[in-house]
Amino acid sequence: MTDAQLPTAVHPLRAHSPAISASRARRWGSFFYAEQALRVMRGYGWSVFLYSVGQPVAYLFAMGIGLASLVDANSAAVFGGVSYLAFIAPALLVSSAVMTASGDFSYPIMDGFKWRRVFYGPHASPLVPQQIAAGHIMASALKFLVQSVVYFVIVAMFGASPSPWGWVSAVVATIAGLSFGLPLMAYASTITKDAGQFALVQRFIVVPLFLFSGTFFPLDSLPIGVRWIGWISPVWHGTELGRVFTYGLEESPVLTLIHVLFLVGAAATGWTLTRRQFVRRMGA
Amino acid sequence: MNPPAVITAENLTKTYGELTAVDGISFEVSAGESFGLLGPNGAGKSTTMKMIGGVSQRTSGKLSIMGLDPETHGPEVRAHLGVVPQQDNLDEELKVRENLIVYGRYFGLPLSYLRPKADELLEFAQLSDKAKSRVDALSGGMKRRLTIARSLINEPKILLLDEPTTGLDPQARHILWDRLFRLKEQGVTLILTTHYMDEAEQLCDRLIVVDKGRIMAEGSPASLIREYCTREVLELRFGSERNTTIGVELEGVGERVETLPDRVLIYADDGESALEQVSARRLRPLTSLVRRSSLEDVFLRLTGRSLVD
Repeated sequence: MTDAQLPTAVHPLRAHSPAISASRARRWGSFFYAEQALRVMRGYGWSVFLYSVGQPVAYLFAMGIGLASLVDANSAAVFGGVSYLAFIAPALLVSSAVMTASGDFSYPIMDGFKWRRVFYGPHASPLVPQQIAAGHIMASALKFLVQSVVYFVIVAMFGASPSPWGWVSAVVATIAGLSFGLPLMAYASTITKDAGQFALVQRFIVVPLFLFSGTFFPLDSLPIGVRWIGWISPVWHGTELGRVFTYGLEESPVLTLIHVLFLVGAAATGWTLTRRQFVRRMGA
Repeated sequence: MNPPAVITAENLTKTYGELTAVDGISFEVSAGESFGLLGPNGAGKSTTMKMIGGVSQRTSGKLSIMGLDPETHGPEVRAHLGVVPQQDNLDEELKVRENLIVYGRYFGLPLSYLRPKADELLEFAQLSDKAKSRVDALSGGMKRRLTIARSLINEPKILLLDEPTTGLDPQARHILWDRLFRLKEQGVTLILTTHYMDEAEQLCDRLIVVDKGRIMAEGSPASLIREYCTREVLELRFGSERNTTIGVELEGVGERVETLPDRVLIYADDGESALEQVSARRLRPLTSLVRRSSLEDVFLRLTGRSLVD
């Protein structure tokens, strides 16, 4: 018997069975969709990078150095004894994540359901609507984190984060982005007709939150009548929590806990409502 | 013996509030068969497709795809399918080739399989030279072919096509039909909806004619035409004023006369001799045309309405 020399087996291209596709999708589907979202973002890689570097540098120069030279000379005590730059750096970090979130969780959701209907492509695959929502969220969260880390590094280079725990503020900013963004995503996924809702959100929610959340001055210095804006604002809770980490803002541990619970609670509620709305809108 | 059914629908019904979009339809599709749903807009074709595709839940009735219920086994059912939706929903921001790869990832397919497979499918879709283009740079026909290529990334045995050529120019349609025909030859089961009778005639082994959510007739294109029509049709135009009134004067010519606002149709096995009879009655149509009967005529006979409004 001779061992015939078989030609090297050329493996014909074969997809794995549908059963394997389905079980992998059930387990990893959210990550598969996150991969798509990240690939799309890669197309904008440069603008994301420039935004996350350019914006902090511009703000830190203008506010932290220009404005700070006046503020520090006159009223340093108001800002907890730290430089004005150190005071506003965590606020800018959080605001930046929240503003990115206001973009990522509004128009792209309309696009997915209505304009270019991009959610319906994966919906015809083994993925389920909850996974499409989760994948979108995970990819954006990763983007916030990368952006916040870059932002934090620049803040640190400006010497505006004296505490060794300062880096935690990048994580806080990411969570703040989600705690604002996920309720917005839940709302965006209910919209069937674009009537300029997102422009209103931008003008009447995002901008006031940015201005009245203890960003540029302590919330206490506002009249009591508008302080509530800060209390319900992910920007305020995120900023104060960030300050605890970057320069050791002294506040009651209960208040610190409230910041954490508020941020996580808002994000979790938003996520739950989003999942429900995605399933309702797309069917099982 | 017939090959086993890959899709079985029994009394399939879908209602949206007051509206009954699909009204108790039943059919079976065998493996390798090319099965069509022919009907006008709003007949319930797309709704039926969505239920088969496991993305819309039925209101009542039974449905089984590869022995699985899409309501309880959505991901498992969809893993078997390739889907070409009525509206393209490609990732416009990704490059052409990346669209295929990303889609394959949804099935958990590894890149080692997806990279060569994407190239193979681009070749099949005659898009190899566009691999690195952005999707928004493609023509309508090219996007449609890319959507079909994308639907094949998981090597599905069943392909659902919802109006695959609506909105395409004739040349693009012919290219697409050729590609679909090749898939059929490879044994892929095709389920397609269309309101183009020529598409149904080209691609379908068997079809159901649906109107208002109900099945009006079922059979092969040829058998439907045989059953509901004569071999030929004589189309006459007398001008919009006279078309509606001339019917009476044409009584007795051919087997049946159908009067439409823009023309009069005379069903006859021999169209030319019917035309001679018309001339013998000294009726002078502005134009006359003898053609083979088509599914359009079947539809008209069944519903009293045209397919394309």
